[in-house]
Amino acid sequence: MCRTVDLRQAVLARNTMAAGVLRAELTARGTTVVNLLSSPGSGKTALLERELTLARERGVTTAALTADLATENDAARLARSGVPVKQVLTDGLCHLEADMLAGHLHDWLPDATRLLFVENVGNLVCPASYDLGESLRVVLASVTEGEDKPLKYPTAFGLAQLVIVTKSDLAGPAEFDEAAFRAHVERVNPGVEVVLTSVRTGEGAGVLVDRALAAADGDAVHAPVMARAEA
Amino acid sequence: MHEMSVALSVVDQVERAARSGGASGVRRVTVEIGELAGVVPDALAFCFGLACAGTVLEGAELVTRSLPGRASCTDCQRSWDTGMPPDLLCAVCRGGAGVLLSGRELRITEVHWSTPPTAPDSSPVPRSEES
Ligand SMILES: Nc1nc2c(ncn2[C@@H]2O[C@H](COP(=O)(O)OP(=O)(O)OP(=O)(O)O)[C@@H](O)[C@H]2O)c(=O)[nH]1
Ligand SMILES: [Mg+2]
Ligand SMILES: [Zn+2]
Ligand SMILES: [Zn+2]
Repeated sequence: MCRTVDLRQAVLARNTMAAGVLRAELTARGTTVVNLLSSPGSGKTALLERELTLARERGVTTAALTADLATENDAARLARSGVPVKQVLTDGLCHLEADMLAGHLHDWLPDATRLLFVENVGNLVCPASYDLGESLRVVLASVTEGEDKPLKYPTAFGLAQLVIVTKSDLAGPAEFDEAAFRAHVERVNPGVEVVLTSVRTGEGAGVLVDRALAAADGDAVHAPVMARAEA
Repeated sequence: MHEMSVALSVVDQVERAARSGGASGVRRVTVEIGELAGVVPDALAFCFGLACAGTVLEGAELVTRSLPGRASCTDCQRSWDTGMPPDLLCAVCRGGAGVLLSGRELRITEVHWSTPPTAPDSSPVPRSEES
């Protein structure tokens, strides 16, 4: 009387479905989401503050949501750019999920937002597994984190649609081997673009806004080999 | 933490299937985990035990099957084991026209229901046709 049923069911199906719904809803109202992932302290907030300011100066309507385990510090920093900012405290949860994001956007996201940047919790492990309905997923790593970061976190780097190297002003002192880093990225995610930035020297200024606008305009976004398996 | 939410999701989906199928207990759940899925089987097993408490899955066993990462090149048709960390570049073409054949799976493949407590004891039977 025991029976075994074959239950071919994706474990993350619920999140994937919620992400799909959110993407469709936001696309319908003209909003494109950019999901930013990195280890703690790679420079997500610093880069975003610069890019949000640039977007505002260019007249692009932008908003940002930042998720942290605790403190509202990042929202206070991002708000200096003058764009609408929301802080989400995850209360110990180490990543954002699509339905959480949808809940937070519900009564906050200003109507005419063209680009919504989401700073995920600083963590390169599980945020990689959760689609947030984004149209562009960006993974950041600073030059001080070692060239082999893409090999240590292959899921995060393997699913990135844009890789940003931050703190390039420190590349010399950190003896950052750019060629090795690029080769490691290429191994887990062939063809993905890698861009160097620094908020100190201004290197790569505007790259995030440019790539986000391209995605918003419907330009083809990089399709990682690892993501192509999901079809 | 990721494994905990994966475990909760497994429990949630099995509970739903139990409700719709009228099952009162679960003996075993089998989950397939691709090498590149980013889930640690041991951590998942630990979380699964916690997530089952007080549900229809209480006491259920979790069996995890690991699937290797395999990629193939659309240019030269070669296929290979990706290893971990994965190498998704074709060794011959060094191009990026590859596809991942397997390795990202994360799915429940089988649930072995137990009999209601009132029914006579019985031994497991192979997978039924009712999938
Ligand atoms: N030299 C240098 N320092 C930088 C740069 N970008 C960020 N930093 C510094 O790096 C530290 C961390 O930057 P954040 O922007 O807070 O990093 P984060 O990724 O948002 O950190 P979490 O939100 O905690 O995960 C700060 O002290 C920044 O001033 C840069 O381009 N160059
Ligand atoms: Mg931050
Ligand atoms: Zn997490
Ligand atoms: Zn080839």
